Amino acid sequence: MDTRVDKSAATAITGTPKFSIRNLNFYYGKFHALKGISLDIPENKVTAFIGPSGCGKSTLLRTFNRMFELYPEQRAEGEIILDGENILASKEDASLIRARVGMVFQKPTPFPMSIYDNVAYGIRLFESLPRVEMDERVEWALRKAALWTEVKDKLAQNGAGLSGGQQQRLCIARGIAIKPEVLLLDEPCSALDPISTGKIEELIHELKSDYTVVIVTHNLQQAARSSDFTAYMYLGDLIEFGRTQDLFMRPTKRDTEDYITGRFG
Amino acid sequence: MSTAPKGTVSTAAQVARAARHAARKRVNAIALSLSLAAMAFGLFWLLWILEETIRLGIGGMSLSLFTQSTPPPQAPTGGLANAIFGSLSMVAVATLIGTPIGILAGIYLAEYGTKSRLGHVTRFMNDILLAAPSIVIGLFIYSIVVVPTRTFSGWAGALALSLIVIPIVVRTTENMLRLIPHTLREAAFALGAPKWRVIMSITLKAARAGVITGVLLALARVAGETAPLLFTALSNQFWSSDLGGPTASLPVTIFKFAMSPYENWQKLAWAGVFVITAGVLALNILARVLVRTKP
Amino acid sequence: MIRQADLVATRPADAFPDAGSTARIVPKGRPAAIRRARPWADVLFSATVHLAAWVTLAILVGIVLSLVVGALPAIEQFGLGFLTSAQWDPVQDKYGGLVMIYGTLMTSFIALLIAVPVSFGIALFLTELSPAWLKRPLGTAVELLAAIPSIVYGMWGLLVFSPVLSSYVQQPLEKTFAGMPVLGALFSGPPVGIGLLSAGIILAIMVIPFIASVMRDVFEVTPPLLKESAYGLGSTTWEVMIKVVLPYTKTGVIGGIMLGLGRALGETMAVTFVIGNFNQLDSLSLFEAANSITSALANEFAEAGDGLHKAALMYLALVLFFITFVVLGGSKLLLARLGKREGARS
Repeated sequence: MDTRVDKSAATAITGTPKFSIRNLNFYYGKFHALKGISLDIPENKVTAFIGPSGCGKSTLLRTFNRMFELYPEQRAEGEIILDGENILASKEDASLIRARVGMVFQKPTPFPMSIYDNVAYGIRLFESLPRVEMDERVEWALRKAALWTEVKDKLAQNGAGLSGGQQQRLCIARGIAIKPEVLLLDEPCSALDPISTGKIEELIHELKSDYTVVIVTHNLQQAARSSDFTAYMYLGDLIEFGRTQDLFMRPTKRDTEDYITGRFG
Repeated sequence: MSTAPKGTVSTAAQVARAARHAARKRVNAIALSLSLAAMAFGLFWLLWILEETIRLGIGGMSLSLFTQSTPPPQAPTGGLANAIFGSLSMVAVATLIGTPIGILAGIYLAEYGTKSRLGHVTRFMNDILLAAPSIVIGLFIYSIVVVPTRTFSGWAGALALSLIVIPIVVRTTENMLRLIPHTLREAAFALGAPKWRVIMSITLKAARAGVITGVLLALARVAGETAPLLFTALSNQFWSSDLGGPTASLPVTIFKFAMSPYENWQKLAWAGVFVITAGVLALNILARVLVRTKP
Repeated sequence: MIRQADLVATRPADAFPDAGSTARIVPKGRPAAIRRARPWADVLFSATVHLAAWVTLAILVGIVLSLVVGALPAIEQFGLGFLTSAQWDPVQDKYGGLVMIYGTLMTSFIALLIAVPVSFGIALFLTELSPAWLKRPLGTAVELLAAIPSIVYGMWGLLVFSPVLSSYVQQPLEKTFAGMPVLGALFSGPPVGIGLLSAGIILAIMVIPFIASVMRDVFEVTPPLLKESAYGLGSTTWEVMIKVVLPYTKTGVIGGIMLGLGRALGETMAVTFVIGNFNQLDSLSLFEAANSITSALANEFAEAGDGLHKAALMYLALVLFFITFVVLGGSKLLLARLGKREGARS
């Protein structure tokens, strides 16, 4: 088994890549957090990033929507090509990219407003819809996030009044409502109970027919259950990438096998 | 004794320990009773001041307090209407001027200037301004407003009061905004919201209760301030709704009346003290209730 | 070990009543063009808040400048000798600020002397001794004391407190210490309830709630684990406070005391009513009528002539501002340095 780290783990996958990462390096100040990552994320599939704490999986995720730009000490070099355009070099406003690449965070973050307004918030940034269409869109997003039946009678209530699992689905509805092309999920279930986790995993499976989903998780069973492709990372390097079936059953790298079988991490 | 195992304490040592323990307990008991005494001491003053204010002030309370203006010395009737009106107007103007500037500067410190040079300096200067003697602020406005306009005025008084409102609002706004977790901001950014939208519709909204409390507390503080008005609004015996000239205010009127030898003036001064104290305490309690009810 | 079965997600049919049915609803195409409304709004907003910050700076700079300009005639005339001369004569236009400066410093000193231990006792009580149901009301009472306007303190001080002080404190003090070397001089003079002592005590009462609140707040956020470790070793409550809590919170405590000092130095109304407003420094007596910078300003500025008198008063104001600035700025630097050392140690 090859124990060397393969820096050019660009893959052979079937189907078109939704976006491609080419030689991405990332720095927190002087600390070199991501080392020459190259990767293709397949369209309309669920890709999981796994690896021990500190391996860089969340960092990698946050480059895809330029979230790191909020913090001056963080910088990225390399290319992330979405629909033929390098979004890192793009002079385009980050907010337009974020409208196409949505993100859901670890802890549910309902905005201090009603459930309806939470979902409508993103829509109102970019489109001015008449009331009827807005209602339809909000309902559509909440249905997609499997939250509609639970909240349809209390849309005017504050979002913070929902349970943890419901809040997280609200955040997903909020992210879907602006019709992004890609959905980034950063450990979306780590703050939730097992039942809510199951519901959200179900949701992810439904969502991939419309979106390209990338999920960061430290839960190997979740990655195995929910994803089509998996990338294993360690200390800022991409060690292995492939179909989830292949990676889990027949990992080609020793490091990957060690991690998956629980020998470390 | 010399045959006692090393891991335990010998009897002689135990006796010594007990003696020390007794001494330590004594010290503790004395200290704690002094602490209780201190608490009682503090409460004593509060109760005495409140009691006297109510006792001496309530005697002068009547409808005429709010309907009649300040009388000449030793006159049989009179009230504090002009002073109350003057105070209300100047405090309102001061809050209207000071609050927006304070909130905007607080937003700067919390959202733009956390690490920048300008941010550090502004924060430092704001803290100095917060603790600056209020009479000095009055002198400042005297120099730049009263002297060039050649008149004392209610506007100058309101301006001086606004300079006291600003640092309070800056401080509380910054603190409240900083309490909002970063993930809330990031969630809004992730939807593609521009920075100003994130601040106004998410962060500031989430911190709303705390910011309003800060404004109320600033209001309560300036309502009772005397010194900054002494050389800016001066005072006015008569009713006037024109802030362009000398304007009566409750604190300055109380000052003048209390230091005088006239009985009717002193009575009015106590009534004024009662009104101010009641108003200020009500505002404080309102601010507290606000913080508790909003999540 | 990951088994084949784990790779197949379990999908109970009834997990989501509506998910299946609406998965067929295709979103009605992409939005026509993602418009970005008003890209200049961010720039405008940023400029506005930056401006507000500059305004705050400008206010402070303006205050200092206007004081200096106003005091210039007096500075030119008297120079630094102003600070050591006790002569204050509007008729002959000869001014020296020693009486007021001494009065300000002395009253603040007396105030802190009383306020710091009392505040500490109150904070100790509120955090360690008080039964839970009493904590909130007592804490609120302390904060309400802080909210009472200073003019109330002043007026109450003059009309209610000073007669009492005169009979119950000053007269006995005078009798007790009569004839003694230093204390006798301190406690001599007409015991009518005014003077430096009176003003100092009232100032103390004013300042206690500030310092006590700050101390209470920092004591409260001491990690319980820290206190429990000390208790677990057999410490008494007092020992835990002095040896564990106080060192842990010393930054906040010093900050609170400095804040109280700043308040005391700049306070006008609480002091003016009872200090006596008399420009003399003939004796050390705490009972004699005296003056402080703020009361001199309050009493004399409005009628002062537009020449050297006003300038001398401005000079006094400048001195006061300078003292306040030094106290606050100095304490901030001290605390920052303390904080750094703590960080290095841990």
